[in-house]
Amino acid sequence: MADPKKRIPMNHVIGFLLSIAMTLLAAWAVVSSNLPVRWVIISILILALLQAGVQLFMFMHITEKGSGGGHVPWNMMFHGFALAAIIVAGSLFTMSFGFHGGHDGDGGHQQQEQQQQEEHGGSH
Amino acid sequence: MSAHELKTGPLEYRTQEGRMSILGFWIFLGAEVVLFATLFATYAVLFGRTADAPHPGELFEIKTTLIMTFLLLTSSFTCGIAIHEMRRGSLKGLMTWLIITLLLGLGFLGFEIYEFMHYAHEGATLQSSAFWSGFFVLAGTHGLHVTVGTGWAILLLIQLSRRGLTNVTNRKVFIISLYWHFLDVVWIFIFTGIYLIGMVI
Repeated sequence: MADPKKRIPMNHVIGFLLSIAMTLLAAWAVVSSNLPVRWVIISILILALLQAGVQLFMFMHITEKGSGGGHVPWNMMFHGFALAAIIVAGSLFTMSFGFHGGHDGDGGHQQQEQQQQEEHGGSH
Repeated sequence: MSAHELKTGPLEYRTQEGRMSILGFWIFLGAEVVLFATLFATYAVLFGRTADAPHPGELFEIKTTLIMTFLLLTSSFTCGIAIHEMRRGSLKGLMTWLIITLLLGLGFLGFEIYEFMHYAHEGATLQSSAFWSGFFVLAGTHGLHVTVGTGWAILLLIQLSRRGLTNVTNRKVFIISLYWHFLDVVWIFIFTGIYLIGMVI
């Protein structure tokens, strides 16, 4: 954790630079790279998760030792993230690409989502 | 409450009440994750259902989106510095950085309002299609959170100027910093999940 005596909190500066770099990288991947769409989507989603990690660990004091009894409720946060994953993945599965013929039932999640979205994009 | 008061460590954690309030706020953030997850799920399911309204790829612009992202990322950073100043015991430093955070947040809101008006002008409104309903509800809920956060920060600044750094004001500032960083986390996913993916597909 940041030493309160220091004038400049280095972990915050590093976190800030990392998040700027990851944002630019994600934007570059979308605008200028020639990667296939599937790989662009997978890589920018990974970058988003990494950035969320930077915020949690470098800015939100989630691992702070000095918190006394007020520890971060990991079980609650885990509960929140687990519900979030179930809601998003479950909705996508049932509503968008769960019961189409020709697609695999599971696996290749991103690929299916992307194919599905391309189909919709193309049809309008 | 003072029975468990500590002598060392950050002010906001020294009383039992402070520790419990921060714990409670983390539980609230867990619920917020679920709220935004439902909105993301709705948006993702409705993706591409634009009916006669413009397709997202036609309206999303990388420039505006990047400016908004940098405003919010920078505000998250300055908010972290504000907490750092608070823990160094500098009221002036805390208030200065909190005001900078607030201004960046207002700048973000200005761009978002401009963006929404631009989209409405192009024929993409809350009523125009299922996709745009999903979009405006998700981005709008985030924007509403930012608006509430700026009002909250203004009230806290008034309280800070009157009472200075105490167990109670420090705890309140620490909690709003958690809220602000959390909004940045949500925005990262809006930036990636809505804007960037909307541009490549």
